[in-house]
Amino acid sequence: MSELIKRVEARNRAELSIDPAAIIPFNIGDTLRIEIEVTEGQRVRNQPFQGVVIRRNGGGHTETFTLRRVASGVGVERVFPLLSPKIKSMEVVRRGKVRRARLYYLRTKVGKAGRIKEADRERS
Amino acid sequence: MKGLIGRKVGMTQLFRPAGERVAVTVLQVGPCVVTQQKTAANDGYEALQLAFEPVIDDETARGLSPERREKRLAKRCNKPQRRHFEKAGIAPHRVVREIRVDDAAATAVGTVLTADLFAPGDKVDIIGTTRGFGFQGAMKRHNFKGQGASHGAKIHRKPASAGATDAARVFKGKRSPGHMGHVRMTEQNLVVEVVDLEANLLVVRGAVPGPKGGLIMVVAEE
Repeated sequence: MSELIKRVEARNRAELSIDPAAIIPFNIGDTLRIEIEVTEGQRVRNQPFQGVVIRRNGGGHTETFTLRRVASGVGVERVFPLLSPKIKSMEVVRRGKVRRARLYYLRTKVGKAGRIKEADRERS
Repeated sequence: MKGLIGRKVGMTQLFRPAGERVAVTVLQVGPCVVTQQKTAANDGYEALQLAFEPVIDDETARGLSPERREKRLAKRCNKPQRRHFEKAGIAPHRVVREIRVDDAAATAVGTVLTADLFAPGDKVDIIGTTRGFGFQGAMKRHNFKGQGASHGAKIHRKPASAGATDAARVFKGKRSPGHMGHVRMTEQNLVVEVVDLEANLLVVRGAVPGPKGGLIMVVAEE
Protein backbone atom coordinates (compact mmCIF):
# COMPACT_ATOMS: atom_id res chain seq x y z
CA MET A 1 0.00 0.00 0.00
CA SER A 2 1.08 3.51 -0.63
CA GLU A 3 3.32 5.12 1.98
CA LEU A 4 1.18 8.23 1.67
CA ILE A 5 -1.94 6.35 2.69
CA LYS A 6 -0.08 4.80 5.62
CA ARG A 7 0.95 8.28 6.65
CA VAL A 8 -2.65 9.51 6.69
CA GLU A 9 -3.73 6.46 8.68
CA ALA A 10 -0.90 6.85 11.18
CA ARG A 11 -1.84 10.45 11.71
CA ASN A 12 -5.45 9.50 12.30
CA ARG A 13 -4.38 6.92 14.87
CA ALA A 14 -2.10 9.41 16.60
CA GLU A 15 -4.87 11.99 16.83
CA LEU A 16 -7.18 9.54 18.52
CA SER A 17 -4.38 7.83 20.50
CA ILE A 18 -5.13 4.47 18.97
CA ASP A 19 -2.23 2.11 19.58
CA PRO A 20 -2.26 -1.07 17.46
CA ALA A 21 0.54 -2.52 19.63
CA ALA A 22 -1.70 -2.34 22.67
CA ILE A 23 -4.27 -4.67 21.16
CA ILE A 24 -4.06 -8.12 22.65
CA PRO A 25 -3.10 -10.84 20.19
CA PHE A 26 -5.90 -13.25 19.39
CA ASN A 27 -6.65 -15.82 16.74
CA ILE A 28 -9.52 -17.25 14.82
CA GLY A 29 -11.39 -19.70 17.03
CA ASP A 30 -10.65 -17.83 20.23
CA THR A 31 -13.51 -16.72 22.42
CA LEU A 32 -13.31 -13.00 22.99
CA ARG A 33 -15.06 -10.77 25.45
CA ILE A 34 -15.08 -7.11 24.49
CA GLU A 35 -16.77 -4.01 25.77
CA ILE A 36 -18.18 -1.55 23.29
CA GLU A 37 -19.15 1.99 24.08
CA VAL A 38 -22.79 2.63 23.24
CA THR A 39 -24.66 5.89 23.47
CA GLU A 40 -28.27 5.68 24.55
CA GLY A 41 -29.70 9.15 24.34
CA GLN A 42 -27.51 11.11 26.75
CA ARG A 43 -26.11 8.12 28.56
CA VAL A 44 -22.86 6.49 27.50
CA ARG A 45 -22.19 3.01 28.79
CA ASN A 46 -20.06 0.02 27.98
CA GLN A 47 -21.86 -2.94 26.53
CA PRO A 48 -20.16 -6.31 26.74
CA PHE A 49 -20.21 -8.78 23.88
CA GLN A 50 -18.72 -12.21 24.02
CA GLY A 51 -18.32 -14.58 21.12
CA VAL A 52 -16.09 -16.76 18.98
CA VAL A 53 -13.82 -15.05 16.46
CA ILE A 54 -14.96 -16.57 13.19
CA ARG A 55 -13.08 -14.29 10.85
CA ARG A 56 -10.45 -11.59 10.65
CA ASN A 57 -10.64 -9.51 7.53
CA GLY A 58 -8.24 -7.05 5.98
CA GLY A 59 -5.14 -5.71 7.64
CA GLY A 60 -3.56 -2.61 9.06
CA HIS A 61 -5.78 0.35 9.71
CA THR A 62 -8.93 -1.17 8.26
CA GLU A 63 -8.80 -4.66 9.79
CA THR A 64 -12.05 -6.03 11.16
CA PHE A 65 -13.01 -9.16 13.07
CA THR A 66 -16.32 -10.95 13.42
CA LEU A 67 -17.63 -12.35 16.69
CA ARG A 68 -20.34 -14.99 16.71
CA ARG A 69 -22.41 -16.11 19.64
CA VAL A 70 -25.69 -17.90 20.06
CA ALA A 71 -28.04 -15.75 22.11
CA SER A 72 -31.34 -17.31 23.22
CA GLY A 73 -31.07 -19.84 20.41
CA VAL A 74 -30.42 -17.21 17.76
CA GLY A 75 -27.05 -16.86 16.12
CA VAL A 76 -25.68 -13.32 16.39
CA GLU A 77 -22.67 -12.13 14.43
CA ARG A 78 -21.16 -8.71 14.86
CA VAL A 79 -18.32 -7.16 12.90
CA PHE A 80 -15.95 -4.79 14.70
CA PRO A 81 -13.13 -2.65 13.34
CA LEU A 82 -10.03 -3.88 15.17
CA LEU A 83 -8.78 -0.37 15.87
CA SER A 84 -12.16 1.14 16.72
CA PRO A 85 -11.99 3.69 19.55
CA LYS A 86 -15.38 2.36 20.62
CA ILE A 87 -13.86 -0.88 21.83
CA LYS A 88 -13.08 -0.17 25.46
CA SER A 89 -11.71 -3.51 26.56
CA MET A 90 -10.75 -6.83 25.05
CA GLU A 91 -10.10 -10.11 26.77
CA VAL A 92 -9.45 -13.60 25.48
CA VAL A 93 -11.69 -15.91 27.45
CA ARG A 94 -10.59 -19.12 25.76
CA ARG A 95 -8.04 -20.12 23.16
CA GLY A 96 -9.61 -22.28 20.47
CA LYS A 97 -7.97 -24.88 18.27
CA VAL A 98 -9.24 -24.64 14.71
CA ARG A 99 -7.90 -25.57 11.32
CA ARG A 100 -9.35 -22.92 9.09
CA ALA A 101 -9.31 -19.14 8.82
CA ARG A 102 -13.04 -18.63 8.33
CA LEU A 103 -15.30 -20.53 10.69
CA TYR A 104 -18.46 -20.16 8.63
CA TYR A 105 -19.23 -23.83 9.21
CA LEU A 106 -20.26 -22.93 12.77
CA ARG A 107 -23.39 -21.35 11.34
CA THR A 108 -24.82 -24.72 10.43
CA LYS A 109 -23.87 -26.38 13.71
CA VAL A 110 -26.28 -26.45 16.60
CA GLY A 111 -25.56 -27.15 20.25
CA LYS A 112 -22.67 -29.46 21.07
CA ALA A 113 -21.60 -29.74 17.43
CA GLY A 114 -20.70 -26.06 17.44
CA ARG A 115 -18.04 -26.40 20.11
CA ILE A 116 -14.40 -25.65 19.45
CA LYS A 117 -11.56 -27.60 21.04
CA GLU A 118 -9.44 -25.69 23.48
CA ALA A 119 -5.92 -24.99 22.33
CA ASP A 120 -3.41 -26.72 24.58
CA ARG A 121 -0.97 -23.86 24.56
CA GLU A 122 -0.91 -20.12 24.21
CA ARG A 123 -0.44 -18.93 20.67
CA SER A 124 0.66 -15.55 19.59
CA MET B 1 -12.34 29.71 -8.27
CA LYS B 2 -9.24 28.28 -6.76
CA GLY B 3 -7.74 24.93 -7.48
CA LEU B 4 -4.80 22.58 -7.72
CA ILE B 5 -3.62 19.76 -9.93
CA GLY B 6 -2.89 16.44 -8.25
CA ARG B 7 -3.00 12.70 -8.34
CA LYS B 8 -5.27 10.17 -6.69
CA VAL B 9 -3.32 8.03 -4.22
CA GLY B 10 -6.04 5.67 -3.06
CA MET B 11 -8.74 5.09 -0.50
CA THR B 12 -8.82 4.13 3.15
CA GLN B 13 -10.95 4.66 6.24
CA LEU B 14 -10.52 7.12 9.08
CA PHE B 15 -11.94 6.93 12.57
CA ARG B 16 -13.86 9.79 14.09
CA PRO B 17 -13.42 10.56 17.80
CA ALA B 18 -16.92 9.21 18.33
CA GLY B 19 -15.81 5.91 16.86
CA GLU B 20 -17.53 5.78 13.49
CA ARG B 21 -15.54 5.18 10.34
CA VAL B 22 -15.58 7.35 7.24
CA ALA B 23 -14.42 6.29 3.79
CA VAL B 24 -11.91 8.75 2.41
CA THR B 25 -9.75 9.26 -0.65
CA VAL B 26 -6.15 10.40 -0.30
CA LEU B 27 -5.02 12.89 -2.95
CA GLN B 28 -1.54 14.16 -3.55
CA VAL B 29 -2.00 17.76 -4.68
CA GLY B 30 0.43 20.42 -5.78
CA PRO B 31 2.71 22.17 -5.46
CA CYS B 32 1.53 23.93 -8.59
CA VAL B 33 3.33 26.87 -10.19
CA VAL B 34 1.52 29.68 -11.96
CA THR B 35 2.98 29.79 -15.47
CA GLN B 36 0.74 32.29 -17.17
CA GLN B 37 -2.02 34.78 -16.49
CA LYS B 38 -4.86 34.69 -18.99
CA THR B 39 -6.60 38.06 -18.92
CA ALA B 40 -9.86 39.29 -20.38
CA ALA B 41 -8.02 41.97 -22.34
CA ASN B 42 -5.56 39.59 -23.94
CA ASP B 43 -7.29 36.22 -24.04
CA GLY B 44 -10.97 37.06 -23.63
CA TYR B 45 -11.24 35.35 -20.25
CA GLU B 46 -9.62 35.39 -16.83
CA ALA B 47 -7.70 32.30 -15.83
CA LEU B 48 -4.48 31.11 -14.32
CA GLN B 49 -2.33 28.52 -16.00
CA LEU B 50 -0.92 26.05 -13.50
CA ALA B 51 1.91 23.57 -13.95
CA PHE B 52 2.35 20.37 -11.95
CA GLU B 53 5.12 17.77 -11.63
CA PRO B 54 8.47 18.98 -12.95
CA VAL B 55 9.68 17.01 -15.97
CA ILE B 56 12.89 16.41 -14.02
CA ASP B 57 12.47 16.62 -10.27
CA ASP B 58 15.12 18.33 -8.15
CA GLU B 59 16.47 15.12 -6.71
CA THR B 60 17.09 13.56 -10.12
CA ALA B 61 18.48 16.82 -11.46
CA ARG B 62 21.25 16.83 -8.86
CA GLY B 63 22.67 13.55 -10.10
CA LEU B 64 22.58 14.48 -13.77
CA SER B 65 25.33 16.02 -15.84
CA PRO B 66 24.22 19.10 -17.81
CA GLU B 67 24.34 17.15 -21.08
CA ARG B 68 22.26 14.27 -19.74
CA ARG B 69 19.84 16.74 -18.27
CA GLU B 70 19.50 18.52 -21.60
CA LYS B 71 18.97 15.24 -23.41
CA ARG B 72 16.28 14.14 -21.04
CA LEU B 73 14.51 17.48 -21.23
CA ALA B 74 14.51 17.34 -25.02
CA LYS B 75 13.02 13.87 -24.88
CA ARG B 76 10.27 14.67 -22.42
CA CYS B 77 9.26 18.17 -23.43
CA ASN B 78 8.98 19.56 -26.95
CA LYS B 79 10.45 22.86 -28.03
CA PRO B 80 7.28 24.98 -28.00
CA GLN B 81 6.55 23.78 -24.49
CA ARG B 82 10.07 24.45 -23.31
CA ARG B 83 9.97 27.93 -24.76
CA HIS B 84 6.70 28.55 -22.96
CA PHE B 85 8.24 27.57 -19.62
CA GLU B 86 11.40 29.57 -20.35
CA LYS B 87 9.26 32.63 -20.92
CA ALA B 88 7.75 32.22 -17.48
CA GLY B 89 11.16 31.45 -15.97
CA ILE B 90 9.94 28.11 -14.64
CA ALA B 91 11.35 24.60 -15.01
CA PRO B 92 9.39 22.49 -17.50
CA HIS B 93 6.50 20.58 -15.94
CA ARG B 94 4.59 17.55 -17.12
CA VAL B 95 1.05 18.76 -16.60
CA VAL B 96 -0.38 22.14 -17.51
CA ARG B 97 -3.96 23.08 -16.74
CA GLU B 98 -5.98 26.25 -16.52
CA ILE B 99 -8.26 27.36 -13.76
CA ARG B 100 -10.78 30.17 -14.09
CA VAL B 101 -10.38 33.05 -11.66
CA ASP B 102 -11.99 36.47 -11.30
CA ASP B 103 -8.77 38.44 -11.50
CA ALA B 104 -5.80 36.64 -13.02
CA ALA B 105 -3.50 39.65 -12.66
CA ALA B 106 -3.75 39.36 -8.88
CA THR B 107 -1.59 36.23 -8.83
CA ALA B 108 1.94 36.67 -10.14
CA VAL B 109 3.58 34.22 -12.51
CA GLY B 110 5.86 31.95 -10.47
CA THR B 111 3.53 31.84 -7.46
CA VAL B 112 3.52 28.39 -5.93
CA LEU B 113 0.15 27.09 -4.84
CA THR B 114 -0.05 24.30 -2.30
CA ALA B 115 -2.63 22.36 -0.34
CA ASP B 116 -2.97 25.24 2.13
CA LEU B 117 -5.57 26.66 -0.27
CA PHE B 118 -7.93 24.26 1.45
CA ALA B 119 -8.88 23.64 5.06
CA PRO B 120 -10.69 20.76 6.75
CA GLY B 121 -14.43 21.20 6.34
CA ASP B 122 -14.20 22.89 2.94
CA LYS B 123 -16.33 21.56 0.13
CA VAL B 124 -14.41 20.86 -3.05
CA ASP B 125 -15.15 19.52 -6.52
CA ILE B 126 -12.83 16.92 -7.96
CA ILE B 127 -12.41 16.67 -11.71
CA GLY B 128 -10.92 13.47 -13.06
CA THR B 129 -11.01 10.94 -15.84
CA THR B 130 -12.98 7.84 -14.95
CA ARG B 131 -11.41 4.40 -15.25
CA GLY B 132 -11.59 3.09 -18.79
CA PHE B 133 -13.52 -0.15 -19.25
CA GLY B 134 -13.07 -0.51 -23.03
CA PHE B 135 -15.89 -1.81 -25.21
CA GLN B 136 -18.60 -3.11 -22.93
CA GLY B 137 -22.01 -4.64 -23.45
CA ALA B 138 -25.33 -3.01 -22.64
CA MET B 139 -25.69 -4.86 -19.34
CA LYS B 140 -22.52 -3.51 -17.80
CA ARG B 141 -22.59 -0.16 -19.55
CA HIS B 142 -26.24 0.80 -19.10
CA ASN B 143 -27.43 -1.64 -16.45
CA PHE B 144 -29.75 -3.48 -18.85
CA LYS B 145 -31.35 -6.54 -17.36
CA GLY B 146 -30.40 -8.99 -20.11
CA GLN B 147 -32.32 -12.20 -20.72
CA GLY B 148 -32.72 -15.56 -19.07
CA ALA B 149 -29.72 -17.72 -18.35
CA SER B 150 -31.67 -20.93 -18.82
CA HIS B 151 -35.15 -22.23 -19.76
CA GLY B 152 -34.03 -22.51 -23.38
CA ALA B 153 -33.11 -18.86 -23.76
CA LYS B 154 -31.00 -18.39 -26.86
CA ILE B 155 -29.76 -14.92 -26.04
CA HIS B 156 -28.35 -13.97 -22.64
CA ARG B 157 -26.62 -10.62 -22.46
CA LYS B 158 -27.73 -8.90 -25.66
CA PRO B 159 -29.54 -5.55 -25.69
CA ALA B 160 -32.46 -7.28 -27.51
CA SER B 161 -35.04 -4.90 -28.97
CA ALA B 162 -33.76 -1.59 -30.29
CA GLY B 163 -37.24 -0.03 -30.49
CA ALA B 164 -40.69 -0.16 -32.09
CA THR B 165 -41.24 -1.53 -35.62
CA ASP B 166 -43.46 1.27 -36.94
CA ALA B 167 -40.71 3.84 -36.45
CA ALA B 168 -38.69 1.86 -38.99
CA ARG B 169 -35.48 3.27 -37.56
CA VAL B 170 -33.53 3.40 -34.34
CA PHE B 171 -33.91 6.61 -32.38
CA LYS B 172 -30.86 8.73 -31.72
CA GLY B 173 -29.38 8.25 -28.29
CA LYS B 174 -30.51 4.61 -28.09
CA ARG B 175 -28.33 3.02 -25.43
CA SER B 176 -26.12 0.35 -26.96
CA PRO B 177 -22.89 -1.48 -26.29
CA GLY B 178 -19.83 0.68 -26.79
CA HIS B 179 -16.87 2.32 -25.14
CA MET B 180 -17.37 2.74 -21.42
CA GLY B 181 -15.47 4.98 -19.05
CA HIS B 182 -12.42 7.16 -19.64
CA VAL B 183 -14.51 10.32 -19.67
CA ARG B 184 -14.04 13.54 -17.75
CA MET B 185 -16.17 13.58 -14.66
CA THR B 186 -16.67 16.02 -11.80
CA GLU B 187 -17.49 14.78 -8.34
CA GLN B 188 -19.08 17.70 -6.51
CA ASN B 189 -19.11 18.85 -2.90
CA LEU B 190 -16.67 16.43 -1.33
CA VAL B 191 -15.74 17.48 2.19
CA VAL B 192 -12.07 17.94 3.02
CA GLU B 193 -11.18 15.85 6.06
CA VAL B 194 -7.44 16.33 6.42
CA VAL B 195 -4.86 18.70 4.95
CA ASP B 196 -1.24 17.55 5.26
CA LEU B 197 1.04 20.34 4.09
CA GLU B 198 4.29 18.47 4.68
CA ALA B 199 3.36 15.70 2.30
CA ASN B 200 1.08 17.81 0.08
CA LEU B 201 -1.87 15.61 0.85
CA LEU B 202 -5.55 16.32 0.76
CA VAL B 203 -7.94 13.77 2.20
CA VAL B 204 -11.55 14.05 1.11
CA ARG B 205 -14.59 12.12 2.22
CA GLY B 206 -15.99 9.78 -0.42
CA ALA B 207 -14.83 8.51 -3.77
CA VAL B 208 -13.02 10.28 -6.58
CA PRO B 209 -13.12 9.43 -10.31
CA GLY B 210 -10.20 7.60 -11.90
CA PRO B 211 -7.63 4.97 -11.08
CA LYS B 212 -4.94 5.21 -8.41
CA GLY B 213 -2.26 7.50 -9.75
CA GLY B 214 -4.78 9.16 -12.04
CA LEU B 215 -4.55 12.87 -12.68
CA ILE B 216 -7.16 14.98 -10.94
CA MET B 217 -7.99 18.62 -10.33
CA VAL B 218 -9.34 19.91 -7.06
CA VAL B 219 -11.36 23.07 -7.40
CA ALA B 220 -13.48 25.15 -5.07
CA GLU B 221 -15.13 28.53 -4.93
CA GLU B 222 -13.06 31.15 -3.12
